[in-house]
Amino acid sequence: MTGPTAVESVTASFARMEAVRAGADGLNCVLWSDRERAPLAGYPVAVKDNIATLDLPTTCGSRILEGYVSPYEATVVSRLRAAGSVVLCKTNCDEFAMGSSNENSAYGPVRNPIDPCRVPGGSSGGSAAAVAAGIVRIALGSETGGSVRQPAAFCGVVGVKPTYGRVSRFGLVAFASSLDQVGVLGRTVDDAALGMEVIAGRDPYDSTSADRPVPRYRDAASQPMRGLTIGRPAEYFPPSLDRRVAALCDRALDALRSQGAQVRDISLPHTDLAIPVYYIIAPAEASSNLARFDGVRYGLRVTGDDGLRAMYERTRSRGFGPEVTRRVLLGTYVLSAGYYDAYYKKAQEVRACITEDFRSAFASGIDVIFTPTTPSPAFELGAKSDPYEMYLNDIFTCTGNLAGVPGISVPIGRVDGLPIGGQLITRHFDEAGMFAAAYALERALGDEAHR
Amino acid sequence: MTSLRDAPADVTARYEMVVGLEVHVQLRTHTKAFCSCDTTYGAPPNVNTCPVCLALPGALPALNREAVHLAMRAAHALGCTVNPVSVFARKNYFYPDLPKGYQISQYDRPLALGGRLDIGDGDAARTVGITRVHMEEDAGKSIHDRYPGATAIDLNRAGVPLIEIVSEPDMRSSPDAVAYLTALKQILEYIDVSDVSMEEGSLRVDANVSARLLGATALGTKTEVKNMNSFSGVQRALEAEFERQCALLERGERVHQQTMLWDGARNEVRPARSKEASHDYRYFPEPDLPPLVLDPQWIDEVRRELPELPRVRRARFAREYGLAGADVGVLTATPALADYFEAAAKAHGDAKAAANWVMGEVLAALNTSSNSVKTFRVPPASLARLLDLVREGVVSHSAAKRVFALMAETGDTPERVAEREGLVQVRDADELARWVDEVLAEHPAEAGRFRAGEKKLLGVLVGLVMKKSKGRADPRRVNQLLSERAGG
Repeated sequence: MTGPTAVESVTASFARMEAVRAGADGLNCVLWSDRERAPLAGYPVAVKDNIATLDLPTTCGSRILEGYVSPYEATVVSRLRAAGSVVLCKTNCDEFAMGSSNENSAYGPVRNPIDPCRVPGGSSGGSAAAVAAGIVRIALGSETGGSVRQPAAFCGVVGVKPTYGRVSRFGLVAFASSLDQVGVLGRTVDDAALGMEVIAGRDPYDSTSADRPVPRYRDAASQPMRGLTIGRPAEYFPPSLDRRVAALCDRALDALRSQGAQVRDISLPHTDLAIPVYYIIAPAEASSNLARFDGVRYGLRVTGDDGLRAMYERTRSRGFGPEVTRRVLLGTYVLSAGYYDAYYKKAQEVRACITEDFRSAFASGIDVIFTPTTPSPAFELGAKSDPYEMYLNDIFTCTGNLAGVPGISVPIGRVDGLPIGGQLITRHFDEAGMFAAAYALERALGDEAHR
Repeated sequence: MTSLRDAPADVTARYEMVVGLEVHVQLRTHTKAFCSCDTTYGAPPNVNTCPVCLALPGALPALNREAVHLAMRAAHALGCTVNPVSVFARKNYFYPDLPKGYQISQYDRPLALGGRLDIGDGDAARTVGITRVHMEEDAGKSIHDRYPGATAIDLNRAGVPLIEIVSEPDMRSSPDAVAYLTALKQILEYIDVSDVSMEEGSLRVDANVSARLLGATALGTKTEVKNMNSFSGVQRALEAEFERQCALLERGERVHQQTMLWDGARNEVRPARSKEASHDYRYFPEPDLPPLVLDPQWIDEVRRELPELPRVRRARFAREYGLAGADVGVLTATPALADYFEAAAKAHGDAKAAANWVMGEVLAALNTSSNSVKTFRVPPASLARLLDLVREGVVSHSAAKRVFALMAETGDTPERVAEREGLVQVRDADELARWVDEVLAEHPAEAGRFRAGEKKLLGVLVGLVMKKSKGRADPRRVNQLLSERAGG
């Protein structure tokens, strides 16, 4: 693979920034003074490359969409722009958001700004790295099984996966429709809350978006934790968990206690089924969602003189990388006649059990659930070659996607100089409660969060 | 391959045909099922498209409420129970005119279940069960014969809302199938949900056919016959396939469950390539659309707002207007014609006269002018007025036909046409007497014989007076006057 030279990259970046500055100058005159109408004036944002933008390519990190520019833009991007923001750049990601290290991009890996030998996490690795490197304060990512929270944890930034239905998916290139949500990465909880306020809310173009009012999440900034109960699920703190990660979690829970919260041990008994269930449902939906990349209307087409079927096969074989191919094949298999009941249908039943785990925990008086975001910090590029080992990265996050509940990853300290994230989960559509806890944790940890 | 030509005539004698039909109907919505693109037929290729129906990356469907309304209307009209909750599902297959690589359809939880359709009359009357009615979207069109060596794709039709109406295997002959389709088309016209035109593709029919020994109760192995594009094509295809199956069974062979394609030009069915027939559609619930939850009140409302359906209307026409069965059939063929007749009959009062005129002059005028009832230039009130004039003797029956023809041409009222053309009947006694006397004077021989008692000359003389009056004389009065002259 031949990419641009370093000089070409830097030149292109400067050209883009010049263009953005020109746009921002214009905005300054009109909007700078009106913070209510334009809360994002002065915030250039980075947008993950699987979210449709008008004047920049949307490739999803895939060869099959190389050079593709969308003729329409995602609802979330329109909302960012209406709030005074400017899209600075698109960010690299795992191909079609399938991966946990950002090594699955057709355009090369992303490196972790904290340690360039290590991965930034994935699939929103580019967005997390852009925030961690200080290029932008807010970036959009997308989640299907942890793709915002895990890279946020690896890069030492804040990452939000909203409730399923909280944010419009219109213009987010679908991976697994029943799990996908656009999420926000921010330098701080406040940046993430601001981004969420702007993009959340009903969109008539997404029938799965919820028609519920969007609170001002930043109002949660100074909310006390007194009287709130934090649940600590045993399944997320197995004996095998790295002791140093466990210690940082204990410190985070102490910090929340110091803010007035109580901590209670709870159980989410179906947690260990989440990964197998996720790797049936997500590939099943992906196999259908990715059928449109067929070389007929847009994107790559590899032709020949041997007919339609051969064109399909060549285009998709050459256009999709190995991880995407693996999941499309897996998904096609589990939906096939004779296997549907045993796999897809069964997985949906187990998914309902996982959702019920959360429901009953919250019904028992728990307000917020705290877990580590990942079992371990960022690993070195190339370190995980076994797909299943890679999938285990999402073990603490994919439950939230399956259940649809919101989650946020907040930096809680470092192990060997590498960031560790703590995850806060609340009830469906209780992002306000989630942000309140995140603000409190961030406040209580102070600089310790990055030590 | 078997065709009607080389099949022995008696091969089917011991067998009975069993048919179930799957009918796809395009709903006449303003916009597509899942986006706001126009649905107008005949637009230039690919004009009526957008990111959603082109399946651009990131686009999502949003259900058109009007499509749900029309689908519910059809389901109610077919006596189905509309489910308060139904679920959209993806039917996955690759084809260039299917942009998403799947069709949004309904699968195990369809919109409506369990209806019936009464077909035929008298001895041929039977009830066909309706298994289900479900909603789905249309695919685009592949055009194979326009560019040599290439296929062109027109996606204007992609995403247009359809309903699929699946019948039980309750039909026993090809005329049964045609009667079912005729009745179905008529109902769909009455409730105004579709253009129901096989030529324009807004009505499409696939048939499941099997053969069994007469008297048997178990169903034979069925085949699916596709690619018919007219009702007569359906009839011929069913017969060809039935004969093919009977011939197999007669030879002791088995019928294989497969898809057969009708070739109208060669009058034969042939098996589809196995690739076309053996899809595994990998159905699963459409995650981009929540289950379709219908307010029971809305379901009821849609049922209550249904217009009078053909069967009910036929019974009422026979009862209220005392019309014969065949006439009722003609008058209720389309809702527009039935409305036309009924408006004219009510305005005029004599339903039989109105019926005769509608079945005669009106239909003839419509047939020759390629007008539809709705755009026809003689509104029912004008026809009624013309019939009033005939009844009042102002216009003669024969003059009325000319008046009608001119009304159809100009759109004028009958009074103005009759006046302008001098077709108002003359009943003035002096003028009529003068014409009668002139005719008698001009034809002395006939007049003499008539006066001598040769009554059969009356008709000839009336004709001569009518001719002299250019058709304006009232023939009854002329008759009367002549009889008086003969010494009556």
